[in-house]
Amino acid sequence: MARTARVGGMKRYSALALLKAGLTGQRGWERAWRDPEPKKSYDIVIIGGGGHGLATAYYLAKVHGLRNIAVLEKGWIGGGNTGRNTTIVRSNYRQKPLHDLFDFALDLWDGMSDALNFNVMFSPRGALFLGHSDGDMTVLAQRGDALRCDGIDAELLTRAQVQKLVPLLDMAPDARFPIHGGLIQRRGGTARHDAVAWGYARAADALGVDVIQKCEVTGFAMTGGRVSGVATTRGPIAAGRVGICVAGNSGPVAAFAGLQLPIEAHTLQAFVTEPVKPMIDTVIMSQSLHCYISQSDKGGIVLGGDPDQFPSYAQRGLPPRIEKAATEAIALVPALSRLRMVRCWAGTTDMSFDGSPILSALPVDGLYLNGGWCYGGFKATPASGWCYAHVLATGDNHPLAAPFAFDRFARGATIDEAGVGVLPQLR
Amino acid sequence: MLQIDCPFCGARAQSEFGYERTLDSIVTLEMPADEAVRRLYARANPRGFDDELWRHAFGCRQWLVLRRHRQTHEIASVAAFDAALHR
Amino acid sequence: MSGPSRLPGGPAPTLRFTFDGVPLRARVGDTLAAALLANGIGLVARSFKYHRPRGILSAGIEEPNALVTVGEGGRREPNTRATDVYVYDGLVAHSQNRWPSLAFDLGAVNGLAARFLTAGFYYKTFFGPPSRWLLYERFIRRAAGLGKAPTEPDPDPYEHRSAFCDVLVVGGGPAGIAAARAGVQAGERVLLVEQDRAVCEAIDGARVLARTTASGVWDHGFVTLVERLVEPGQRPAPSQPAQRLWHVRARRIVLATGAIERPLTFAGNDRPGVMLSQAVRRYIERFKVLPGQRVVIATNNDAAYATADAIAAAGGSVVAILDSRAEKSPVASAAAHPVHTNAFPISTSGKRHHLHSVEADIGGERTRFEADLLAISGGFTPVVHLHSQAGGALDWDEAIQAFVPGASRQAVSSVGAAAGDLPPVGIAVADLPDPKTSFIDFQNDVTAADIDLAWAEGYRSVEHLKRYTTLGMATDQGKTSNMAALARLASVAGVTIPQAGLTTFRAPFTPVTLGALAGADGGGHAAPSRRLALYDRHQRLAPIWQPLGLWHRPRAYPIAGETLHQAALREARAVRTAAGIVDVSTLAKFAVVGPDAAALLESVCATGIAKLAVGRGRYTFLLREDGMVMDDGTVWRLEENRYLLTSSTGGADRMEAHLSYAHRVLAPHLRVSVVAQQEHFAGIALAGPLAKAILAELTGIAPPAHMGLAQAEIAGVAVLILAASYSGERAFELYAVASDAGAVWDAVEAATRARGGAPYGLEALEFLRIEKGHIVIGAEADGRTTPHDLQLERMLRKSGSFIGTAGLTRPALSVPDRLQLVGLTSETPIPEGAMLVTATGEPVLGHVTSATGRVLGEGAVALGLLAGGRLRIGERLLATSPTRNQSAHVTVTAPLFYDPEGTRYRD
Repeated sequence: MARTARVGGMKRYSALALLKAGLTGQRGWERAWRDPEPKKSYDIVIIGGGGHGLATAYYLAKVHGLRNIAVLEKGWIGGGNTGRNTTIVRSNYRQKPLHDLFDFALDLWDGMSDALNFNVMFSPRGALFLGHSDGDMTVLAQRGDALRCDGIDAELLTRAQVQKLVPLLDMAPDARFPIHGGLIQRRGGTARHDAVAWGYARAADALGVDVIQKCEVTGFAMTGGRVSGVATTRGPIAAGRVGICVAGNSGPVAAFAGLQLPIEAHTLQAFVTEPVKPMIDTVIMSQSLHCYISQSDKGGIVLGGDPDQFPSYAQRGLPPRIEKAATEAIALVPALSRLRMVRCWAGTTDMSFDGSPILSALPVDGLYLNGGWCYGGFKATPASGWCYAHVLATGDNHPLAAPFAFDRFARGATIDEAGVGVLPQLR
Repeated sequence: MLQIDCPFCGARAQSEFGYERTLDSIVTLEMPADEAVRRLYARANPRGFDDELWRHAFGCRQWLVLRRHRQTHEIASVAAFDAALHR
Repeated sequence: MSGPSRLPGGPAPTLRFTFDGVPLRARVGDTLAAALLANGIGLVARSFKYHRPRGILSAGIEEPNALVTVGEGGRREPNTRATDVYVYDGLVAHSQNRWPSLAFDLGAVNGLAARFLTAGFYYKTFFGPPSRWLLYERFIRRAAGLGKAPTEPDPDPYEHRSAFCDVLVVGGGPAGIAAARAGVQAGERVLLVEQDRAVCEAIDGARVLARTTASGVWDHGFVTLVERLVEPGQRPAPSQPAQRLWHVRARRIVLATGAIERPLTFAGNDRPGVMLSQAVRRYIERFKVLPGQRVVIATNNDAAYATADAIAAAGGSVVAILDSRAEKSPVASAAAHPVHTNAFPISTSGKRHHLHSVEADIGGERTRFEADLLAISGGFTPVVHLHSQAGGALDWDEAIQAFVPGASRQAVSSVGAAAGDLPPVGIAVADLPDPKTSFIDFQNDVTAADIDLAWAEGYRSVEHLKRYTTLGMATDQGKTSNMAALARLASVAGVTIPQAGLTTFRAPFTPVTLGALAGADGGGHAAPSRRLALYDRHQRLAPIWQPLGLWHRPRAYPIAGETLHQAALREARAVRTAAGIVDVSTLAKFAVVGPDAAALLESVCATGIAKLAVGRGRYTFLLREDGMVMDDGTVWRLEENRYLLTSSTGGADRMEAHLSYAHRVLAPHLRVSVVAQQEHFAGIALAGPLAKAILAELTGIAPPAHMGLAQAEIAGVAVLILAASYSGERAFELYAVASDAGAVWDAVEAATRARGGAPYGLEALEFLRIEKGHIVIGAEADGRTTPHDLQLERMLRKSGSFIGTAGLTRPALSVPDRLQLVGLTSETPIPEGAMLVTATGEPVLGHVTSATGRVLGEGAVALGLLAGGRLRIGERLLATSPTRNQSAHVTVTAPLFYDPEGTRYRD
């Protein structure tokens, strides 16, 4: 592969570039993305500058050759759920439409850093589900079998194998959550969430996409029943197609077009401890518990638990959820007790009414939705962007996104991984 | 951790209550099927006040209607659920 | 110059502690930082990235540099601020993040490569396949992190407590005490918390919690506090927790949280020997420690002059006061010290990891001062964290160059320094000749140059700046770096500091141990365990226990070394050939009583109810609003207006809420009451060809016909007998009040054993019900199946509507290729959970939901969900489990394998 100095319009990052910069007092770095004034019109406007929206813009330019694109972000890019998730990447869902979509994402994660020339630190260190009973293990085996039959990696682990992988787990047979074994996806793991937003923004910008921050959409312009543009805090912008991509804010934005969505905004919290030397080398989740544990490259243990289970946009959560996550984490890994939570935060998740994303046209012409990812959107970022770019560019759903059409709820073709139905707080 | 003024029990911590759904999503058995399905799968989901059905699950177990702001968490009113008023 | 030392006089140091293995002594009341300084130790740590030598910057919780590991074994607490630990006898402390030693740390080579390791360098390199990143990561992770976590479990207990008050005062300094006094006088219930060991003055009538930090302010006056009963690594008193997490509801909150002094930004401002001016004063006045003999003071405000006075009074020498302001300070004692105006520190140099000299710019001229202590003051930042957490706004105060509390959303007010009552500061700053070693965030090694670089690269919003450079994200949470960072950002952006922006503050105010967050639940009590009323009866038989949610139920009762499977097969065969008894107490049970009881049941049940005769029961199932099967069970008409509904164990809480919703919200006009009785009655199912005879003997009455009921007595205890069969044999469910049920079990068990029968557990129950094709909620009814999918459509009530009717009308719920319930047979064992395919590598058509070997006879049977299964009877498929390396060739059948005519459970 030819090592050009520029990659798609941007100056290439590399070890050599770092060396040169170090020797010349950090001169020569360019802005990672421009700060353009919004134009009067674009072919496609994407509302929402998170990972999904920026990935969409990148693939519109890269795959479909469309450059007259704008991403409008009301704050600073990646400031929503992209900057608040717990960075887990995996595709080991039970339902076929979900695992096919997320596995496509995993393939894209694999080459993302090189494609974007931005190290997103995708670390396929494994995503492990623990089983705490024979019943759990059978459920995990079923999930694994469904994955393996669809060509996706899944491996059942015995108790001993789990212990070898995570030596600090409480393996006592009388532990409150005894470990019977696990199901691991070795290709899964973590990635640096901020880097994903920045990497896609830089690459999209280099291809000519306008990434416009501090630009909040305040309404839609309608012409003959069709969306023809947006009103923003930085003036009106005309658009051929408009794609909503705002996660927890899907409801208020769709309301500008008079639409109500099968989505409710709920808070999800997470927290991180002070950095310590390496102690947990894989991502730990549980078949029975909602708690999940991983260690960031900086050394902090990243933890999460149950969602708050009531509607909110406050990005501030209930202390009992953090306390319960801490309780379960210590029950699984007792050595965590003396580590200190240094930061906790919350995001607003767009809980769809079957737990699966919505990625399709909306019942208003010219308007599209990519949302409803609940608390599982980060891992899907590249596939979400790819499929959203497809429908925005061609007007047709990408085959992987076809099951996630907006009208599936009225038709009865819901995709319910947890099998709990409509009310999001049961999820 | 909100403090909710249960009309039966007084001011209690949110952990005693459970959120159920919005008032406008309640589906009665008398509704025609397509209206029922529509109500089931559409929400206003405002970044402001909404009327919500909660239950004092770990207290009096009664159903309550909260008018609550979803950004500030201000609770404008709490009342016992009354089908005549709230449906 | 001698570096830090204890002032002469005062009590002898009696506490023994060690630091990096060296035995040392401390006085009672010393913090570890004070004790180290008293022992002449200025080098305490190595910085995160560059492994630069670091000392003690402050005297409080804002300390970014002096991080040590305190405690041993399961009590080891890494990343502990030496300034926030009180020495106790036997304290063991170690420095962190250095190898092989603090004085000689190989990690310092990072510092030599600093120019290449700027902020965000890792985003620009380490490309290649992810497998290569995993390799780089191994080294990066080892270099990252600060202290080492313990490997042993935490031996100490933690606790949660609640408190309620009218006013919560945070901070026990003068402003806080005054606010608390005012509250007491006004007759309020006052709770005052202070993170230090003591408040500045005693106060009557208020509840005071010392060594307690207000960690977070949440909604509606809810505050979390962390109380430390012992120091890190210290063993708590018996029956005392190490820490307590308080949940407080306060009507109003007064924040007397004070202010944190700001460092100045200049080259080498991170060297051991550079200290905040008020910290120097505190070490002298409170701990009787002089942090240095020859002192330079650099300041932009008057407060540092008191430090100069303290140093002089302690016998130290103030070599120079570098005051950045143009005018001489009006402070009286200024005359006693060598003050230079228009003076800024430019750089420091060191010897043997300690400050040796300070280079200053005085009115444009460079001068060098030899010093072993540089006391700096860049002004003070009010501690507004809790005000901000409570949703309060922040205003900019130009005089003190800091954000102060503005409008508050909740009943939160600030007093004293926390409200901005602070000395004004001079604004002038010097140019930085060497931004690369001018530190902004000490702990994460973020320099002014890093901020400049981030700006140049377009990371310009405060949040981008922080995330790109990691400033403010260390364990000190930016307490000494936020303002300096904003100042640099504002300067490079050409805007004012308030225009540059500010990030929101979030809990916790200072880091909180996970143990405290978990409280008493963290020690193996993470979830309750629910025991059967008949637990003792089962335990006598040494069963294998199975968890089911929070319940534990007997899975099998192995005898004489049997495996689980052998025991379960024996038990199931006993049921088929003689009799067996199983504990069914956990089934949900509801008494539905009233003139409109049938109407309520018909609103939730998808089957007929109203035509049920008194004394009869029937199978029923319930749907969710979207039409999916939610739960199933039986309903019995005990009297004209009294029904009993049983349903699944796992759905008990859901069913209770569902029935309440259906009544109180959807049909409040119905005259009916619903009482949940799951725990009130224990249930014993007696099943088998001999069951009727056994029951007749025990009760003396003619047992009821299938799906009939009767009341009787067994062993003198009233029992309700419901003739339902789950196993497919003639069976009876016997319900008795839980506290009395032991005698019933004893009698039934004895009678059953006498006839060659035995107790059976859940495993055998599974074998039996699978053979009869009974669905289980969670397996066949997985929340995605309709009645039609599960072959229940014939039982759907045709008249009236019930919850789920509307959802069922949706077109996709009746397409022919949906997953539908089928039976599967095979000669070899069928793996439960396996996928159904036509051949290996072909698309998945469905899966095996439940599987068992035949109880009597050879071969295996299973239930499954198969796409378009109803039309595939007779097809041959492969049930494959790649994860378990098992498979079986199966034939699709109707989901019923035993007694298809249904003769065995009827008379």
